[in-house]
Amino acid sequence: MTDAFDIIGPVMIGPSSSHTAGAVRIGRLARAILGEQPLKCEILLHGSFASTYRGHGTDRALVAGLLSLNVDDERVREALKIASGKGLEIIFKTKDLGEVHPNSALIKLKGKNQEVEVLACSVGGGHVVVKKIDSFDVELSGDLPTIVAAYPDRPGVVAAVTALLASAGVNIAHMRVSRTAAGAQALMVAETDQIVSQGLVTAIKALPMMERVIQIEPI
Amino acid sequence: MNPYKFNSMSELLSLVNEEVKTIADVVMRFQAEEEGKSEKEIYDVMAKRLQIMREAADKGINEDICSPTGLVGGGGKRLEERRLAGLSVSGTTSARASAIAMAVAEVNAAMGRVVAAPTAGSCGILPGVLFALEAEKNLEEEKLVKGLFTAAGIGMITARQANLSGAALGCQAECGVATAMAAAAAVEIIGGEAKQAAVASGIALQGLLGLVCDPVGGLVEIPCVNRNAICAAHALAAADIALAGICCYIPFDEIITAMVEVGRVMPPSLRETGIGGLAGCPSAKKLIKDKLENL
Repeated sequence: MTDAFDIIGPVMIGPSSSHTAGAVRIGRLARAILGEQPLKCEILLHGSFASTYRGHGTDRALVAGLLSLNVDDERVREALKIASGKGLEIIFKTKDLGEVHPNSALIKLKGKNQEVEVLACSVGGGHVVVKKIDSFDVELSGDLPTIVAAYPDRPGVVAAVTALLASAGVNIAHMRVSRTAAGAQALMVAETDQIVSQGLVTAIKALPMMERVIQIEPI
Repeated sequence: MNPYKFNSMSELLSLVNEEVKTIADVVMRFQAEEEGKSEKEIYDVMAKRLQIMREAADKGINEDICSPTGLVGGGGKRLEERRLAGLSVSGTTSARASAIAMAVAEVNAAMGRVVAAPTAGSCGILPGVLFALEAEKNLEEEKLVKGLFTAAGIGMITARQANLSGAALGCQAECGVATAMAAAAAVEIIGGEAKQAAVASGIALQGLLGLVCDPVGGLVEIPCVNRNAICAAHALAAADIALAGICCYIPFDEIITAMVEVGRVMPPSLRETGIGGLAGCPSAKKLIKDKLENL
């Protein structure tokens, strides 16, 4: 429910909650999903993001998010300079990404050890949704603590993860499991009401067949 | 169950009594109850938001700022200089409110830090009204923080029934609602009754019903920045009309329903797409072509 601080807020860097604040959050989520400092990134802008990104500072905002800056950090404005100072290589392109939200961006990130492609959209009021991680369909808002887990598609993995969460008293608010094909690679996204402790993340990582587990704090 | 929960203006006003005297008091108690915190803690969070508004206002009035396109910036400063020179046509309070509102909207356009109130595109109106009254009436800061709670209450009621975005319902749902919020805040800050604050928000929103969202190039610059300045003066006029006891006839809850109805029949070209209205004018298109190509 809307409260007083939703109306008198958020505190943000302007000019637009969807094109600037939302873009910072998309960048932060993409950075969190990569799980390490990005070294190279290619950003494809779609729709209204593509046509107005310079005037709205969407480019700076996305990069600010990749640098883990907050939506109210005045350095957002200087994010492109900060990124180049840190040696982060960035390429911006505009592209029709097809049947996606008008405010969408596809972010391709490379770090020292990992690579990831994140498709996300800014749905208004600074709220965002990650729609794809690599080839997996997901729904991830960054509003709640989130666990993203990659593993081979086999019976019992989902049950093992949910059992661990349940045993720690962590309630799952939303969960989505996606796979490239039956028996192939699978990806689980679980948004939880409680913070998942580091110990619990370690236990999930230790499950047989678990390949990669990322913990994302609310942004 | 939160005993201070309200979904409409009539419910909000029914919670005002001998002990809980103002809309601001109801909203503070609602928020404290909702978050399980003390009223003092809630007050302090709002006081910080006021401080961020103040920093934005000071920056826009005193520094040379400019949006990435170069189309807006420095207007608030010029308006304030004109007021200080005694040249304002609109009198001191209105002129001051307009100058501050414009300054804050320009800070937003220039990628500075603001408090959305209720949106980024309408973020100048409330600080414009609050800081103008503070200066003109020698008010203590506590009155302004309370005014933010009054304004929040009006915004909360509206958000229960309407999506506060130009893309959904046009600018009436952004600058229109911000002006209604500021008008109510002005009434309670001056010591008017909750009922008069409700009337002021109704009068303010009536005057802006049907306002379309037609920003040039889809950017929060033209007409948004000037509109923030104009709406701040509009809010003060609505407050005066309500305080004079002039009747609004249509209750605020019905005005919101009307706003939603009007917004729903607005064509998409007039809802933040940067296609119709002002955005479709030949000069607007030329301006954006020239400016964006040079960025």
